[in-house]
Amino acid sequence: MNTLFDKIWDAHTVKTLDGGSCVLYIDRQYIHEVTSPQAFAGLRQRGIGVFRPQQVTASPDHNIPTQNQHLPIAEPQSAEQVATLERNCAENGITIFPIGSERNGIIHVIGPQTGLTQPGMTIVCGDSHTSTHGALGCVAFGIGTSEVEMALASQCILQSKPKSMRINVEGELGNGVCSKDIILYIISKLGTGGGTGHFVEFAGSAIRSLSMEARMTICNMSIEMGARGGMIAPDEVTFEYLKGREFAPKGEEWEKAVAYWKTLCSDEDAVFDKEVTFDAADIEPMITYGTNPGMGVAVSGAIPSGEELDATSRVSFDKSLNYMGFKAGDKMVGKRVDYVFVGSCTNGRIEDLRAFAHFVKGHKKAEGVTAWIVPGSKEVERMAIEEGLRDILQEAGFELRQPGCSACLAMNEDKIPAGKYCVATSNRNFEGRQGPDARTLLAGPLVAAAAAITGVVTDPRELM
Amino acid sequence: MRNKFTTLLSTAVPLPIENIDTDQIIPARFLKATTREGFGENLFRDWRYDSNGEPKADFVMNSPIYNGEILVAGKNFGCGSSREHAAWAIDGAGFRAVVSSFFADIFRNNALNNGLLPVTVSQEMLEAIFKAAESNPSTQLKIDLEAQTIEIEGTSYIESFEIAPYKKQCLMNGYDDVDYLVSIHQEIKDFEQKR
Repeated sequence: MNTLFDKIWDAHTVKTLDGGSCVLYIDRQYIHEVTSPQAFAGLRQRGIGVFRPQQVTASPDHNIPTQNQHLPIAEPQSAEQVATLERNCAENGITIFPIGSERNGIIHVIGPQTGLTQPGMTIVCGDSHTSTHGALGCVAFGIGTSEVEMALASQCILQSKPKSMRINVEGELGNGVCSKDIILYIISKLGTGGGTGHFVEFAGSAIRSLSMEARMTICNMSIEMGARGGMIAPDEVTFEYLKGREFAPKGEEWEKAVAYWKTLCSDEDAVFDKEVTFDAADIEPMITYGTNPGMGVAVSGAIPSGEELDATSRVSFDKSLNYMGFKAGDKMVGKRVDYVFVGSCTNGRIEDLRAFAHFVKGHKKAEGVTAWIVPGSKEVERMAIEEGLRDILQEAGFELRQPGCSACLAMNEDKIPAGKYCVATSNRNFEGRQGPDARTLLAGPLVAAAAAITGVVTDPRELM
Repeated sequence: MRNKFTTLLSTAVPLPIENIDTDQIIPARFLKATTREGFGENLFRDWRYDSNGEPKADFVMNSPIYNGEILVAGKNFGCGSSREHAAWAIDGAGFRAVVSSFFADIFRNNALNNGLLPVTVSQEMLEAIFKAAESNPSTQLKIDLEAQTIEIEGTSYIESFEIAPYKKQCLMNGYDDVDYLVSIHQEIKDFEQKR
């Protein structure tokens, strides 16, 4: 009567301390330049090294430029952070995928892509979107830098076991509805704190029907409803995706692994602390109108009145709309769009670029729209070029950039100017996330494509 | 060894906004340091300063009448990114505790790992604190970690709060998780062997 989450968590619990804190063993740790330097400094201060360097993999991604990656990083602080990561990896025998190398990319894109991420594992990274890896049936979650240091020092972290939650999405998805719409819909219903304290398993026929990459988009954003992480039981889609990837098991090892992975599912009588079910048919292409990912509506819909909110929540709601320059009750369709950003660990994989490119094929980018199409990894970039997606994009007036986190959090030069509206396929629409006073509307690649060729918020189904 | 946390008696800095995310606490563009120091000056940067770096008069941290070591904020405080820089910034600005009716998980862990105490109170208590601070900015809050209680001094408002026993011991004694995990290396190696 165990949940999938219980099975993996319990198998990795070295010991449980009085009061419930678990010493949790970590199979795989990913690190990047922003949240690791202080952890390595801590190790040096203590005079200790990395406990299991072969279980740690690094990729600079957060503040690297997405153009001219062959040149040194111009911004001195970013350059210093990336150099520090390289130095720390070299000193401690950690594998790093440097900028411009064929395996470089956003750490949450390259983990699955290289086969380093596998079902049944525990995975941590100093980044909340580590939940992405849960799509392959592992327990993966974001941690702070003190915990990065713990994992480097001992391959373990101390953690209370979260409660369990299952979110079922049943039925068939409508035309023009993608996995980003599913997760934006779920967060709009449950709120940004709806999953706090819980680890979420996504299930149901609509989830099963999704490709591996589409599942990653869902798990990626489980943190946006406050969940500790999200996961999906591995199945044939998972095995098919992993087979033959560079670091996936091979030959006899592969057979053994698959046999084990097939046991990774919630027992039929497993009881969850919380369970909710949604009907896939209710989900339409989604977009956000406010400053947290829970503030989402159907593209064809309107901003809520806010009348049902209590006084305290209403203050935050009004503050949010004021920041966005929107009014309660406004229709979303027709709102001006200045920028379109396609990329990030949420929607920067090859399927996202395909969806965007095929949608804009035969159209032209709207005048007045600046679009940044940023592949999630060097491999995604390579595939986009080989498949002819770059040509399609260029024909329609779009440029394919080089991989990185880019305008998702605007740590590099890719910043949205103050007051401008950006339809972004990333994960957060917080105030200033894409640059001081920038206004973000989160959406999937199809809604982004429809906005890019019309210059206004548009229901993609109208153009299909 | 960190500073030990036992009791705290202080005025509060009220921030009655819900869902304050870590991008507001410390915007990403300030995450480029390789040390833990210096984040305090950029705490709530874009709410606290305008684009010319001038303090915004209407932000509570710029108000001459509000100060103290306890930050009080609306529900779902610390949602968003896992950046520990958020906890470093709050700590660096001189706060020792944050009070809210609801904390995001990763932020709570990050705070605890830096000796910054997150205190979860009921929505009613939170409203009472906001009201008390608004009507009298010199209102003091008393946090007793040993007893796990928080009270508004001079009123009957007192509540107990929860904290994991292990984390409580760490805070009260200034212990650190890394030291502990390194001390059990042999147990971890044994675990690896028998898997």
